[in-house]
Amino acid sequence: MKIIIAGCGKIGTSVLSSLAQEGHDVTAVDKNPNVISELTNVYDVMGVCGNAVDCETLIEAGAGDCGMFVAMTDSDELNMLSCFLAKRMGAQNTIARIRNPEYNDTSLSFMRQHLELSMAINPDLRAAQEIYNILKFPSALRIETFSRRNLEMIEFRLSEDSELVGKSLVDIRKKYDAQFLICCVQRGEDVYIPSGFFTLQAGDKIGLTASQSEMEKLLKMLNAFKKQAKNIIILGGSKSAYYLAKMFESGGNSAKIIEQDEARCVELTSALPNATVIRGNGAEQELLMEEGLSSCDAFVALTGMDEENILLSIFASMQKVPKSVVKINRDELYLLAQKMGIESAISPKEITSNILVQYARALENSSGSAAVETLYKIFDGKAEALEFNVKSESKLTGVPLREIKLKPNLLIGGIMRGRRTIIPSGADMIMPNDRVIVISSGNRINDILDILN
Amino acid sequence: MNRKMVFHICGQMMLIEAALLLLPLITSVIYRESCFFSILATIGVALILSAALISVKPDNTVIYSREGFCITALTWVFYSAVGALPFVFSGEIPSYADAFFETVSGFTTTGASILTDIESMSRGLLMWRSFTHWVGGMGILVMVMAVLPMTTDRSIHIMRAEMPGPIVGKLVPRVRQTAKILYIIYIALTLLQIFLLAVGGMPLYDSMVHTFGTAGTGGFGIKSDSIASYSPYLQWVITVFMFIFGINFNLYYLALIKRFKSVFSSEELWTYVAIVFISIFAVALNISPIYGSLSETLRMSAFQVMSIMSTTGYATADFNLWPQFSRTVLLLLMFIGACAGSTAGGLKISRVIILFKSAKRELKKMIHPRSVSAVRFEGKSLDQQTLSGIGVYLSFYIAIILAVLLLISFEPFDFETKFSSVIACFNNVGPGLGAVGPTGSYAGYTAFSKVILSVSMLLGRLEIYPIIFLLSPSVWKKKS
Repeated sequence: MKIIIAGCGKIGTSVLSSLAQEGHDVTAVDKNPNVISELTNVYDVMGVCGNAVDCETLIEAGAGDCGMFVAMTDSDELNMLSCFLAKRMGAQNTIARIRNPEYNDTSLSFMRQHLELSMAINPDLRAAQEIYNILKFPSALRIETFSRRNLEMIEFRLSEDSELVGKSLVDIRKKYDAQFLICCVQRGEDVYIPSGFFTLQAGDKIGLTASQSEMEKLLKMLNAFKKQAKNIIILGGSKSAYYLAKMFESGGNSAKIIEQDEARCVELTSALPNATVIRGNGAEQELLMEEGLSSCDAFVALTGMDEENILLSIFASMQKVPKSVVKINRDELYLLAQKMGIESAISPKEITSNILVQYARALENSSGSAAVETLYKIFDGKAEALEFNVKSESKLTGVPLREIKLKPNLLIGGIMRGRRTIIPSGADMIMPNDRVIVISSGNRINDILDILN
Repeated sequence: MNRKMVFHICGQMMLIEAALLLLPLITSVIYRESCFFSILATIGVALILSAALISVKPDNTVIYSREGFCITALTWVFYSAVGALPFVFSGEIPSYADAFFETVSGFTTTGASILTDIESMSRGLLMWRSFTHWVGGMGILVMVMAVLPMTTDRSIHIMRAEMPGPIVGKLVPRVRQTAKILYIIYIALTLLQIFLLAVGGMPLYDSMVHTFGTAGTGGFGIKSDSIASYSPYLQWVITVFMFIFGINFNLYYLALIKRFKSVFSSEELWTYVAIVFISIFAVALNISPIYGSLSETLRMSAFQVMSIMSTTGYATADFNLWPQFSRTVLLLLMFIGACAGSTAGGLKISRVIILFKSAKRELKKMIHPRSVSAVRFEGKSLDQQTLSGIGVYLSFYIAIILAVLLLISFEPFDFETKFSSVIACFNNVGPGLGAVGPTGSYAGYTAFSKVILSVSMLLGRLEIYPIIFLLSPSVWKKKS
């Protein structure tokens, strides 16, 4: 598919890289010639240098017949306008990054409709959501939710004293009656999609699916449960901080935000009546201690500086804060941070790329029997969790799973049928209108039928 | 320097050369010639070399521009070294230095020959000799990119190292697609020319050989008098196609996707047309006393001008016998060459235009020291980096001409011969003036000079840098 990406900053470049890797024909538009020449050197894409709202530039990039037009400049208005123009020229789908909270409330649907946007994407909001999910189950490193929200995939690391250590998956299944499935295991650098004979070790990072209602019970049973974080400190008054604090507010809890800029503090207090906004430099450890760092449930570092986020979250762990979540934008630091023991790291650009990759796959497969509804790259991008909506009958439907020959390194992690959640065993079947969660490593799955060997 | 990856890719390239050798192999089967065995042996050598190189497994597949340059240069050297073997094995060109010269001359689309009696050669080998033009014209690596899936994202570095011209862009987002499009246009034009020549009464074998020579702007023929003995119609067809293959192929693509406006606003194209017509007219005026009719004068002038300007090197007349003015015009055209992005050699018209424009700007700056002005080309202002890049290119260009001239200066030829040999080889034209003119050959040079001239042909075809990088020790150091 032909895809144009206008605006190649941090997020734009990350989107471009994942879409080009997916095999799409990507054209990058940016007004900075250095950015364009760098991109065309590193990725197999075409570059057009110019203003994304200029018709000449759009024509040169081929907006008239592209399948997807993605506007990722740092200005919301520019994104809207260039998407609008591209749509008028004939772009089939337009996607704009819109981050301003003012546009993201009630006016969003109006704008989307009248600008004919296929999707408005707000990386800050998505990042906040993901952090919020983690803080609900602080023992999780990450939580992926799927469309109906009653099935979740949770990632956590096995500690030495975990009951699961040293047991094979078959034994675990026999021992615990609970409905869950271990889908994915990371040991060192390698990622495994485990079979029944796989034996878990301490230090393994595992991903398991379970229904949302069972999750708490399950984690308690595994001695991995930590209480929901209620008292949190957010460092940096960025847009994601605002969204996160707002979510806490609506959940009845309150957050403390530390922000340096006075004007921003005033804005935040008027937008978030229940939050405590502290004006000060969050990098001062004195200030953090004074504001009760050692007694809070969770510490969330959301400043624009990756390094500051990482260092302060290390400081927070030293103060025995039970959970810290860090925003990291640069890939190389992401990996470094993991080595330093920071496991809950959120990258808005990775979240955005995942959404766009999923969207592109769904578009490519719009005629197929089941489209990708949700896609997560999990375990450092070494595996994928995909949700499919099975529309019609096919070779897969109505056959017990044990009789289906699946590709290697692939398993079915869950089935959602109406309001029911099925953690599949060999006897279960896929039926039309099910939503199926597929966990896979090393395969490129576009259609539910791709899971067949 | 990712040496393993460089060798690995070169191995893939050699596999393709083995495949390319099938065409002369089939030809030799058809004509039942004994050169069949020497070609077969060469295919064997290519396959063994390829297997050895492919077995070098790279640790990572990332390549940067440095690797791109080296892959390009090494591939061209390997191709020429192996491509020369059939001539040696069959004994038709016994000396390896001669065969190497001939093959380099083929792949670099120069068309300079050491053969004195072409007509005694076997047809299979003549087919190979001309086919190297066709392959080298659009580029070996560009072709491989179109055929094989590349293992790396950054293959643009390879393409940039091989494609002629100061600014190499892509037509479509994927390198592979771009390479395919270029080759499809190239093949379509080639087939069209073969058809038009065959319709005009040229035997199919001759049509193919001459089309390969024209398409790659090479100039190897199969007759000692080149094209002179063919009918005027055939000469005109070849003239027109030499013109066509001298145009930037990107323009054909733009025409295909119906962006005629961009085609007709191309500054380079119009300059090319203008230079062609002015030169034809000037030469025709100058040589009219030699030829009888107007049509013959025009045909002679047009053919020779087009042949030299597109750096092909076919001839229908011995321009050595023409007046000094015409010969000087032809010598100047050798420097300019045709458009960037075509199969032709030379400095390239776009570079010449940009050089003139920057010279004009510098002059203006001397008179108005505070003036700020940009050099515009094809409707866009060029950044300082491109401009200085072209300036540096010109310095290298001149330095190499002088160095090669010095190296071959002890040869027992007159200055005109030696100077035009260097110009004709380095710009990939082929025939020069004096003893190396259209009726002469490079056979009189010593083996040493032949190797020097071969290197200068490679320098000219790959636009200098890849070969220089290949020769510089810092590139091959372990840690850098």
